[in-house]
Amino acid sequence: MMNSLIAVQDLIKSFVLHLQGGIRLPVVNRMNLSVRQGECLALNGPSGSGKSTLLRLLYSNYRPEGGAILVKHREEWVDVGTAESRVILDIRKRTIGYVSQFFRVIPRVPALDIVMEPLRRLGMPTEEAREKVEGMLRRLNIPGRLWGISPTTFSGGEQQRINIARCFVVRYPILLLDEPTAALDATNRQVVVELIREASDKGTAIVGVFHDEVVRSAVSTRMVDMGPQEGSV
Amino acid sequence: MVWEDRPLLRALKVTKYFGKRVGCCDVSFDLWPGEVLGIVGESGSGKTTLLQCLSGHWVPSSGRVYYGEGTNGLADIYELPEPRRRYLMRTEWGFVHQNPREGLRLRVSAGANVGERLMALGFRHYGGIRADVLNWFHRVEIDRDRVDDFPTTFSGGMLQRLQIARNLITKPRLTFMDEPTGGLDVSVQARLLDLLKGLVSELSLSVVIVTHDLAVVRLIAHRLLVMQQGKVVESGLTDQVLDDPQHPYTQLLVSSVIQA
Repeated sequence: MMNSLIAVQDLIKSFVLHLQGGIRLPVVNRMNLSVRQGECLALNGPSGSGKSTLLRLLYSNYRPEGGAILVKHREEWVDVGTAESRVILDIRKRTIGYVSQFFRVIPRVPALDIVMEPLRRLGMPTEEAREKVEGMLRRLNIPGRLWGISPTTFSGGEQQRINIARCFVVRYPILLLDEPTAALDATNRQVVVELIREASDKGTAIVGVFHDEVVRSAVSTRMVDMGPQEGSV
Repeated sequence: MVWEDRPLLRALKVTKYFGKRVGCCDVSFDLWPGEVLGIVGESGSGKTTLLQCLSGHWVPSSGRVYYGEGTNGLADIYELPEPRRRYLMRTEWGFVHQNPREGLRLRVSAGANVGERLMALGFRHYGGIRADVLNWFHRVEIDRDRVDDFPTTFSGGMLQRLQIARNLITKPRLTFMDEPTGGLDVSVQARLLDLLKGLVSELSLSVVIVTHDLAVVRLIAHRLLVMQQGKVVESGLTDQVLDDPQHPYTQLLVSSVIQA
């Protein structure tokens, strides 16, 4: 596991729908995977093949049924499937950044504060954090007049860029990207491609779902086919 | 890793009966400094009973509630001498009621309501107390010139913010909240939630918050306990419980939310 930051071993995940007669939907079946520093792994496969589920398992948003999800955190391997809640919160604060397809914020809080929050949580002084964030927002072409406004009223593409800014202002050793360019125009897509490449060059281990083929081939160093899982219906 | 080695609050098999009826049963958890724990479940699931047991108001029928006090390690709050427990409740703990009228004194001025706990801590310098009170009016976004008005002249949202200021002015280590956004209209809720979230991280408050509103815990709680018929049926990080609910009851709860 030299230079590896993620090691997934025999991972199993299915969903049991108790409200629909206890039907069981297998999604991930005995998956093995490792990701090294500087690698950008693209997950391929049709809708429903478990790409987003895998990202959520890595972020500990979903709980695995079996196997291990090892993540290098503070120089040690931690199994996020079994770690205590506060360890997972620390991993999310320092080690893993995640750009999801969802946008959830408290209404009323200005965009600038939302993007600054992860840096403030790490103890960065306000002025320094503000400077970094302003640079990132400029780079992602979020006009200054929007910085003081709550992004709940923003367009889909603007919200996605706020999500991206929030994640990329921190230098996480691991990034999980779930269709980070889905709602972006060509110009901003290119900005995000550059951000991802820069992170890779600095040794970040990245796992992502990129539907856009141009983006995928521009950023990924390896692809994994999620295909139909063994034992699925 | 450097972790605080002692939880701030530890519930151990906390059980409360009312005659033969179960209020809450066998509830155990640790709350760590700076952590916000949400307790969700439908009406009658035992949330409020549990909160009353945790906060020193109701003695559990069995089980223990420990508090990480001073340098003495964990102390069973119901074995502390009564005056000591009362003192903690007035200083190191806060309690925010759903109905702010229960947590405020309506016959004294708004300013006196906020300053009272400082006086309980032994502050006597009037000018200092007043300055602190005015500062808290500002923090909870109440106009400073309302400081001498009676709370009866305040709106519901203002009363709730006043109650929060009254509790937080002593920088309590542990705050209990019972449906703090419950009686407020949606626009006021968002504002209060934003305010609470800011204060929680600024003061690194530890909070136990009871609510039936899953959107509230999604935005404010690190961890969740889901209660049904007095028992904890599921627990975990807030997003785990809401996005990947395992227990049939949690699945029902999550799927019953009406999307606006």
